[in-house]
Amino acid sequence: MSRSWTMHPVAQLSLARIREFIREPEAVFWSYVFPLVMIVSLGLAFRSEPIEAVAVVVQDGERTDELVKVLSASARLVVSSGPAEECRRQLRSGKSELIIVADSTDGTDAYRFVFDPTRPGSVHARDAVNDVLQRSAGRTDPVLTVDDAVTEPGSRYIDFLVPGLIGMGLMGGGIWGVGFGIVDMRIRQLLKRFLGTPMKKPHFIAAIMISRIVFMIPEILIVLIASRLLFGVVNHGSYLIMTLLIVLGAFEFAGIGLLVASRAKTLEAVSGLMNLSMVPMWIASGIFFSPDRFPSFIQPLINVLPLTPLIGAMRRVMQESAGLAQIIPELAIILGWGVVTFFLGLKLFRWE
Amino acid sequence: MTYAIECRQLTKTWPGKPPVEAVRGIDLTIEQGICFGVLGPNGAGKTTTIEICEGLQKATSGEALVLGKSWATHGHEIREQIGVSLQETRLSEKLTVLETLTLFRSFYGSGIDAEDVIARVSLTEKKHSRIKSLSGGQRQRVAVATALVGNPRLLFLDEPTTGLDPQSRRELWRIISEFREAGGTILLTTHYMDEAERLCDRVAIFDKGRILAIDSPRRLIMDLGAEHVVDFTVSGEQAAALPEEFGSNLPGVISARMESERRCLSVGEPHVAIPALLSLIAARNLQLTSLTTRQASLEDVFVHYAGHGLNDETSGGAA
Repeated sequence: MSRSWTMHPVAQLSLARIREFIREPEAVFWSYVFPLVMIVSLGLAFRSEPIEAVAVVVQDGERTDELVKVLSASARLVVSSGPAEECRRQLRSGKSELIIVADSTDGTDAYRFVFDPTRPGSVHARDAVNDVLQRSAGRTDPVLTVDDAVTEPGSRYIDFLVPGLIGMGLMGGGIWGVGFGIVDMRIRQLLKRFLGTPMKKPHFIAAIMISRIVFMIPEILIVLIASRLLFGVVNHGSYLIMTLLIVLGAFEFAGIGLLVASRAKTLEAVSGLMNLSMVPMWIASGIFFSPDRFPSFIQPLINVLPLTPLIGAMRRVMQESAGLAQIIPELAIILGWGVVTFFLGLKLFRWE
Repeated sequence: MTYAIECRQLTKTWPGKPPVEAVRGIDLTIEQGICFGVLGPNGAGKTTTIEICEGLQKATSGEALVLGKSWATHGHEIREQIGVSLQETRLSEKLTVLETLTLFRSFYGSGIDAEDVIARVSLTEKKHSRIKSLSGGQRQRVAVATALVGNPRLLFLDEPTTGLDPQSRRELWRIISEFREAGGTILLTTHYMDEAERLCDRVAIFDKGRILAIDSPRRLIMDLGAEHVVDFTVSGEQAAALPEEFGSNLPGVISARMESERRCLSVGEPHVAIPALLSLIAARNLQLTSLTTRQASLEDVFVHYAGHGLNDETSGGAA
């Protein structure tokens, strides 16, 4: 008897997963609307604007009025003044970045800057205030510099964010979708029921991967199209390489989802394991900010987390047009995670 | 002819403190073409035994051959020839009946068309309905249909009618009888004695991981030597103080037992036993509040062998 491909177990199992997904309107809504909300809200929150004027506060004392007048003349500064206690409070709460105290040591006028050197805004304020004070006292610049301002798509925060959000979607969708789905089928005794048929286990696993990739496509298209239409985010690199990365990423996280769900008997247990596996990547893998910000001694660890190379490689392709040869190390790590978790997950897998 | 099922010294022990011996050495042969019932209370080892035969659990020791083949070497071939319905499977609620059966059909190299198997369980009108919208009895028929769709030679049904209304139970009995009349073999577990009497050619009575008796329902009842049961209740000042064996010495009575308030006498000759019983009750100054006679059932057989009622929670071991 010849059977059409639609009667192949892999096609039937994939179809069953896809039907179950699209017949759950809430699941569809959240998987596709959530990334859209993220793009819009974060794109708006971090839209590129000229650096705002920085708030500084002058501590009441000698020459306060004169000092406030000099500093207020600069468009880069918002100046207020107050007693010492109030100044401290403003610095602590972040309302002001810097306290300026006028001193007279040894009879000469001097200024003391009180600030936290680990706060980028404070360091910026200190330099700006210092610059204004020096110029007003008569400093001249020995070298001529010219500012030539540009705002280029590709270098904005939203350009940085889009690959991060795609990576986050692949991670969440893979681990949640596969992990939760499998444990649910185990609880319903459906896995055990399948075990009582001649169904081949690799067919079941293949169907999980295929349905995962099918669910992924609209989610990623929504992110790419929305960010392009709303914020002009473009892919400067190869779409083929991006597609490869996305498929490998979906595979990698489906493997992790499979491993996480291989033994769990309850939804609570698998939820805990999924969160445990995802939290380090949410924090450190560079979804919202560069992982370079973490201390150098943990960089090697961050770099081998499953999500870090995926987001890193997508950023380099989208922003720097990186070719396949330049992202080989990242590809190797992604593939490594996928293959290892996959085989481990299959080996540990419990059908009952 | 090969046996449908052949179990030799099957045991299953769950590790733990103390270890739970769910199955304690079972020998069982089931010929092809019959309906074989496994009877017993919860925890008797019925499900464990059937799941070992279905290849879903591994025996701790002993062997189970299915259609003459061993699970260790011919698992895939066995699965192609058996149909399984578990005690509790929640099929995907969002799939329709037809989609569910098409899915299961795809697992088998040969089998029955999904539409045909749906007709066989009388669900043609519901074939485009989602499982979610079906009643308990209809869901159970879908579950049985998933077991039939591979056109099996041997059908395993684990408590197929538990919790169903009488009409749904009769509908399932019809499906089971038709499968057997077409030459199929059935192994079913149940704790309904009437179901076993009605459907099964042979039954095995399980309790605490062992087989107490195997025979046809008719023979098992006849072997009791008491084909009738007299059930009665009494009231009066001394009623509560009467011993359980009250009435066992009367002529024609073989044994006596109590089921909560009700007293049951196993009786060979009711026309001798009942007048004697009435005289005894009158002599003791008791009032007879109810009296019925009935044919002995497998329930009575079970009590005879196990020494306790089917629904008493005295049986140990895993379900």
